[in-house]
Amino acid sequence: MENIIGLLVALPLLGAAVLLCGGRRLDRTGHWLGTILAASSFVVGAVLFADMLGRSGDDRTLHQFLFSWIPVGGFRADVAFQLDQLSMTFVLLITGVGTLIHIYSIGYMEHDERRRRFFGYLNLFLAAMVLLVIADNYLLLYVGWEGVGLASYLLIGFWQHKPSAATAAKKAFIVNRVGDMGLSIAIMLMFTTFGTFAFGPVLKSAGDASEGTLTAIGLMLLLAACGKSAQVPLQSWLGDAMEGPTPVSALIHAATMVTAGVYLITRSGAIFNGAPDAQLAVVTVGAVTLLFGAIVGCAKDDIKKALAGSTMSQIGYMILAAGLGPIGYVFAIMHLVTHGFFKAGLFLGAGSVMHGMNDEVDMRKFGGLRKYMPITYVTFGLGYLAIIGFPGLSGFWSKDKIIEAAFAKGGTEGWILGAAALLGAAITAYYMTRVMLLTFFGEKRWQPTPSPDEPSAEPAADSAGGGEMPHPHESPKSMTVPMIVLAFGSVFAGGLFSLNDSFLHWLEPVTGHSHGHSPLSALTVTLATMAVLVVGVAIAWAQYGRKPVPVTAPRGSLLTRAARRDLLQDDFNHVALVTPGQYLTRGLVYLDHSVVDGVVNGTAAAFGGLSGRMRKLQNGYARSYAVSMFGGAAILIAATLLMRAV
Amino acid sequence: MNPVNYLYLAALLFSIGAAGVLIRRNAIVVFMCVELMLNACNLAFVTFSRMHGNLDGQIIAFFTMVVAAAEVVVGLAIIVMIFRSRHSASVDDASLMKL
Repeated sequence: MENIIGLLVALPLLGAAVLLCGGRRLDRTGHWLGTILAASSFVVGAVLFADMLGRSGDDRTLHQFLFSWIPVGGFRADVAFQLDQLSMTFVLLITGVGTLIHIYSIGYMEHDERRRRFFGYLNLFLAAMVLLVIADNYLLLYVGWEGVGLASYLLIGFWQHKPSAATAAKKAFIVNRVGDMGLSIAIMLMFTTFGTFAFGPVLKSAGDASEGTLTAIGLMLLLAACGKSAQVPLQSWLGDAMEGPTPVSALIHAATMVTAGVYLITRSGAIFNGAPDAQLAVVTVGAVTLLFGAIVGCAKDDIKKALAGSTMSQIGYMILAAGLGPIGYVFAIMHLVTHGFFKAGLFLGAGSVMHGMNDEVDMRKFGGLRKYMPITYVTFGLGYLAIIGFPGLSGFWSKDKIIEAAFAKGGTEGWILGAAALLGAAITAYYMTRVMLLTFFGEKRWQPTPSPDEPSAEPAADSAGGGEMPHPHESPKSMTVPMIVLAFGSVFAGGLFSLNDSFLHWLEPVTGHSHGHSPLSALTVTLATMAVLVVGVAIAWAQYGRKPVPVTAPRGSLLTRAARRDLLQDDFNHVALVTPGQYLTRGLVYLDHSVVDGVVNGTAAAFGGLSGRMRKLQNGYARSYAVSMFGGAAILIAATLLMRAV
Repeated sequence: MNPVNYLYLAALLFSIGAAGVLIRRNAIVVFMCVELMLNACNLAFVTFSRMHGNLDGQIIAFFTMVVAAAEVVVGLAIIVMIFRSRHSASVDDASLMKL
């Protein structure tokens, strides 16, 4: 059975190769090819899953060795795969949600003439992400890690004719490089400490290394996770990444890319378990980000950016849970999976709304859409209920567990983390209700599109603005079906996982699990979560449900204005990093020009001048040369005699 | 007779030759002065050979004569060619080899 693990990567990779090299003749069929290959990768995953279920808990890990990649002396890097329960979970999520997004993209990208290329990139993205989660050593994981970075760059900048998209793609790539640096340093540290970087030996002997080394490796891994998973302080790329087509956002936020950081930390659990300081850093990053993202999500009027803030915040929950150690790993992954369902659903819903509204993204120009887009409304609504943790839906089960685990951390730390998680839940309820109310409820605030560069199919009634009024309509089946499937996941996944703690038993052999000692009972935590949920929804209702919403955003408080600018993240980066960097490079350029070039050019000029003088000695008169010869000979003889006399 | 006197003569001849090379412009005269210096050296070699009772100096004198003869052949040929092309045997006129 283990021989087919490689197919999980090979199929989408084949798709990417064929679609990107195939040329125009694949324009008409390319999207089907891409979708079928993604789906068949999912089928392979499902077959392996069924096989895995047939074996007992400790016997479920499969290995496939392909070839020895870099055998140099004591250094040995293999291309080998390891499929255990953790990888399996990711594989099913990535290929499953990925396939749905492929199907959705068929409809969404229908009018884009570069659709074939788009599907090639999507397949590449899937292949890289699957490689990342089934690699059996850190170096191969790094290959997938970089592949994900590349694919995200290509997809975020897919509409490269827009300067903003090109810039956003570059930004995502560069910010991710900072994290990649962390991962490569971590791998080097592992090699010097353990002499290998295969998961098995490294994680087994992690306990033998000194705590200082483990802390260093842990912090570097955390830096890597921060980059890929858009955690503070490397989160600034996520908001701009919304420049890509909406299915890309769904793919990045739900199935691939941002989940990589959570995977990395969970996979490296043995290292973090031995480094409490690194764990503290992880939970701090998680807690800060979950509030940071939530606050940003509250202020954005762009529906995709509001959802991006929400992703940041939800990934913050997962990182927080993963930082809690064995009490949190399982719940981090569980929230990751449920989040994969509802966040993909929400993004696809947002894409569907934009599709119907002439690509408008400003929620203040939506309103009252529930009558016009019933399927989008229902699926988006279910995703909304799931993400705020409405009792019984997916988000409720997973988020509740994380908040419980945060309290169970114990001590002051536990209280702080628990409170942060609770506060985050309240803000989540607030901003998601805001998105919901602004988009689907209230009166119509539709505006004519200012510059209709893509004329819609039906002729538009001219309005006062001169542009076209949007004609919201339900999206085609290829778009609604994936949304419906994801909505099912948003509703039932969490409950299914929590039934008899099935998800816990499934992952426990890989990640381990321990119950902390929570100062609060599970019921208290659940009730508190419900209470903050109601408060959040109520505030949003009071602000956006009861009274009409102005089309132009009010000035807002200082915090609102800061949050609209991503809590000044870009400004901070600019002041703290970009400006000093520019001064540094200018200084270095000056140094290069004046000192380095100065020495070289100065030497050359000195010799040039000297030779200019010297050449005057060559006057061509034989007799003057004879004088120099006589003089020289006389000096030599005199010197010899002098030396002899001394 | 004291052989040192021959050395004085050799030094005198050499100085005359050197002064002639440096002062005179006519290539033939310069050439003759060079020969004078060579023969002054020969005289010194022979004298030293005699003083030290060693034949090495006399042998070197023969070598010098052979080399000088060869040099005269080449040198005179060059001088003749220069005179033919420039109608002058002045060494100062042949000063084109300069930057």
